Amino acid sequence: MSAPVALSEMQERQATASPAPTTWKVATASLFKDLRLEWRSKDAINSMIFFALLVVVIFSFSFDPTAEESRQIAGGLIWVAFLFATIVALNQTWAREIRNQVLDAYRASPAPPNALFISKALGNFLFVTVLEAVMTPLFMIFYNLKILGSPYLLLLVALLGTWALVVNGTFFAAISLRTRSREVMLPLILFPISIPALLAMVEATKIVLTGESAAKFWIVLLAVYDLVFTVVCLTLFETVLNAE
Amino acid sequence: MKSPVLIAVVVVVVALLAYGLYQGLVVAPTEQTMGDVQRIFYYHVPSAWTAFLLFFTNLIASVWYLIKRTSAADAVAVTTAEVGVVFCTVVLITGPIWARPVWGIWWTWDTRLTSTLVLWLVYVSYLMLRRFSAGGQTPVLAATLAIFGFAVVPFVFLSIWFFRTQHPQPVIGGGGSIDPAMWRAVLWNWLAFSAFAGLLCWLRYNLERKQRDLEETLALEALMENAGDRK
Repeated sequence: MSAPVALSEMQERQATASPAPTTWKVATASLFKDLRLEWRSKDAINSMIFFALLVVVIFSFSFDPTAEESRQIAGGLIWVAFLFATIVALNQTWAREIRNQVLDAYRASPAPPNALFISKALGNFLFVTVLEAVMTPLFMIFYNLKILGSPYLLLLVALLGTWALVVNGTFFAAISLRTRSREVMLPLILFPISIPALLAMVEATKIVLTGESAAKFWIVLLAVYDLVFTVVCLTLFETVLNAE
Repeated sequence: MKSPVLIAVVVVVVALLAYGLYQGLVVAPTEQTMGDVQRIFYYHVPSAWTAFLLFFTNLIASVWYLIKRTSAADAVAVTTAEVGVVFCTVVLITGPIWARPVWGIWWTWDTRLTSTLVLWLVYVSYLMLRRFSAGGQTPVLAATLAIFGFAVVPFVFLSIWFFRTQHPQPVIGGGGSIDPAMWRAVLWNWLAFSAFAGLLCWLRYNLERKQRDLEETLALEALMENAGDRK
């Protein structure tokens, strides 16, 4: 029952404190807080990496990983593994802020809502990027892959694709936070919206791995997808954060 | 609910559906290469148009809700999403029934088929979110998801179009000459299906409003009982 007291105290303090902090300041503060917590606990990154490893190993029993065709399906396998592992991280995004009513305190504070969203999305982006940096070489070894196209393009596809998953995922995690059985809800609402992005990532990765044709269409599609949904997320996040 | 207006509307809708059936099964000529199986189109295409119309109405109601926060807009949103999913399901079932004899396969990952399937998935997830979220937050969360669902449609269409360009073009709208009687059958059925969907939406909307009124009354009564206990 200490929350209302804490809230009113905070509001009193705000009345006397300096003007509202900028989006950038709040976002970096929140991001560094999350990174420090993650650095000390390593909860998200450990569970993600182990989960992705399990998915990759289980896939290798379902398909013949050494066959020449594996190059064709590898793009799909790697992204499905990353997608599942991303869900693990996304589900933990807001859990910390629920304990001790941190989220309620944030809503009562003058800090811009989008700063919180940006910091959470960037945090997830970093976690998933680390996961990919660790898992991709392992995947290459397990599936005996060679990049026949440009490796820089693969990097670009990975960055754009990761942002596509993470920006919507962070937003939908905030939605599913307010539902019953929230861990189940997140993939149910995230996957349908992510289908075109996933298709673009898989196809672009396949093209780069096989070096067959140009991946330009898919990369442009991913970039536009990222742009559109980043704007949609930033426009609607305040509404979701303050949903009663 | 058994008002004379409702009975009149039901009679009109049934008459329209019957006339549409007559147009599709009797008046429209048999298609030369596909035969009678093509007649399923008189149900398939109007269902698709109706479903898309309902989903579009859902988007407008969702945006309207986010701006005005009226309970009525949210009731329209839930109604159109539910009825839209039903019509979209009809599209997804009648399509393969037609495709099996004509294309020789039940399903192909063609642009229109896949886009419709993804749209169906998006709206089913919308309904699941409504089912799983608690209390007064539901309308806001659902409305934001509806906007995401609409924003993704062009991406779905573009990506799958590029992914599967080699597949057969749909018959209607794919060029070639179509007998005017066939067009009439499609349009009559579209009118009938839209009227039918409108009737369903109306009934569902009334049900939703009554349910909300009931919930509000029960909550008020509980409050008043609590107040009475304290005295």
